[in-house]
Amino acid sequence: MSWANRLRVYKLILQTSMAERFAYRSDFALGTLFRFLPIITQVFLWGAIFGTMDTTSDKEIAGYKYGEMVAYYLMAMLARAFSSMPGLSSGIARDIREGTLKKYLIQPIDMLGYLFWYRVAHKIVYYVVATVPFVIVFYLCRDYFPGWPDAWTLAGLVVALNMAFLLGFLIESLLGLIAFWFLEVSSLLFIYMMLNYFLSGHMIPLDLLPGWVEWLPFKYLAYFPCKLALGKYDHAQMARELLIEAAWVVALLWLNRWVFARGLRRYGAYGG
Amino acid sequence: MTAIEVRNLSKQYRVYQKQEGMWASVRGLFRREYKTVDAVRDVSFTIETGEMVAFLGPNGAGKTTTLKLLSGLIFPTSGTATALGYVPWERSYEYRRRFALVMGQKNQLWWDLPAQESFRLHQEIYGIEDQQFRRRLDELVSLLEVSQLVGRPVRELSLGERMRMELIASLLHSPDLLLLDEPTIGLDVVSQRKVQEFLKFYQSEHKITVLLTSHYMKDVEALCTRAVVINQGVIKHDGPLAEIVERFSKDKVIQLQIAGECPSNAELERYGIVLENKAPRIKLKVERTRIPATLSALLERCQIEDISVQDRPLEEVIAEFFTDTTTADAPPSELAKDTI
Repeated sequence: MSWANRLRVYKLILQTSMAERFAYRSDFALGTLFRFLPIITQVFLWGAIFGTMDTTSDKEIAGYKYGEMVAYYLMAMLARAFSSMPGLSSGIARDIREGTLKKYLIQPIDMLGYLFWYRVAHKIVYYVVATVPFVIVFYLCRDYFPGWPDAWTLAGLVVALNMAFLLGFLIESLLGLIAFWFLEVSSLLFIYMMLNYFLSGHMIPLDLLPGWVEWLPFKYLAYFPCKLALGKYDHAQMARELLIEAAWVVALLWLNRWVFARGLRRYGAYGG
Repeated sequence: MTAIEVRNLSKQYRVYQKQEGMWASVRGLFRREYKTVDAVRDVSFTIETGEMVAFLGPNGAGKTTTLKLLSGLIFPTSGTATALGYVPWERSYEYRRRFALVMGQKNQLWWDLPAQESFRLHQEIYGIEDQQFRRRLDELVSLLEVSQLVGRPVRELSLGERMRMELIASLLHSPDLLLLDEPTIGLDVVSQRKVQEFLKFYQSEHKITVLLTSHYMKDVEALCTRAVVINQGVIKHDGPLAEIVERFSKDKVIQLQIAGECPSNAELERYGIVLENKAPRIKLKVERTRIPATLSALLERCQIEDISVQDRPLEEVIAEFFTDTTTADAPPSELAKDTI
């Protein structure tokens, strides 16, 4: 297939999926708003831990002031909006288990490419619908933030969020492909969800965990963009982290391709 | 020209054998026992371009496995096959553009969107030019009488309507080879007939090669002249549909209309099996070779107003044939349940 042709296909997948997703728009908007409810818990919890509810307090835990800590959780919500892929792994696993995978094998189209653009569409629709609740919540909580980061950091943040999307997609699709070997992956996915919550820094900043967790790719799903937004990296550190993240993206892309090819061979031999 | 050539094709599945009982389950965690199931055994056949061939057989006979092999979804254990000159399991994009697989129980349209959107997606995936796309779509939509429905979300369609949409989706790229797995399964009689009529017309118009599996004899009788009967992965018959009855049914059915008194059941049982004996009608199942003798004896014995000798319905013959063999041979490969 020529590149022009391929682009046309992906553009249409994008359009079609967006139309599909918009069917559920009110569900999205409401869901997004309610997803912020746990932030209230964080405000009180960390207020109690710091022994203060004052956003300008100078007390620090692992280098975070009280206000920064709350801001961290708000940013984590934003990062997760990019890096979380609800239903991707389980969808791939279901396609494999139930055989709907066949449409990617008999039609001249690549499964990962198709799912990727489907997911992009999914996310775009989500952002369009979720912008309003996000703006409202961030505006109400503006006092927790240390202020706007500089232009370079802001640009880095945009890159980091987009790469978080790529990384999230690649990790979850890889997990879904495990279904080629184990038909039932739901408990595995549950374990991953828990680990991810922990290791991505969604639950607590990774500064509070042993240092080695920073060697894993999961930190780019939440921790890295959060900390970046709080202005805790200088430009050199930021560039280094972004490069490492890009390397992870390339490695995982390659791994996905490899596992998919291996999986198909197994599927062809045993499945059906 | 040859469209499909299959030589000594075999496909074995390795199926995990689950043992009963708790201890056995625990042991199963460490050492799994597998059983090999022959889904298709040493199958050979050739299909010419433009032929419409039916695969007949009970569930688990190997029909679907054969179609999966031909569409490249699975690799064979041994043997060779070419379809339109390609080896199916190499899954080249060139081959993918030239065939279509429709499975009656599977849905390939977008559930929440009108079928139209799925068709558009197919247009792009297969790279169909706008003009051609419009022409084909118009043709298919009017043939299948769904012009009112293409704008409705697929989830709101009935099973029969959805099947027709599936057919449209799979024919938009104008495949040279169409593989149909149970295309009328679960449909009501009207929808079934519509699909049959459509397939018949479309095939004769476009001269494409069609291979279909079904266990509805009506489908097969309506559409195909040639049938491949497969059971337990082995081809039992390959030839004209009419031959099946001759080959597999030793009996014919004699129907008599009698004036006056009917002979008793006991008397009639000398000739064959009594299917019906309600004056004035008698229905007898008689061995083919004994038909002439039986007829002359009956003509002598009673006063006959009307008489006919018929082949038994295809459906019955096939059903009987399969129940005979499934009990005699190894258990059927229902373990190799279709998961694709």
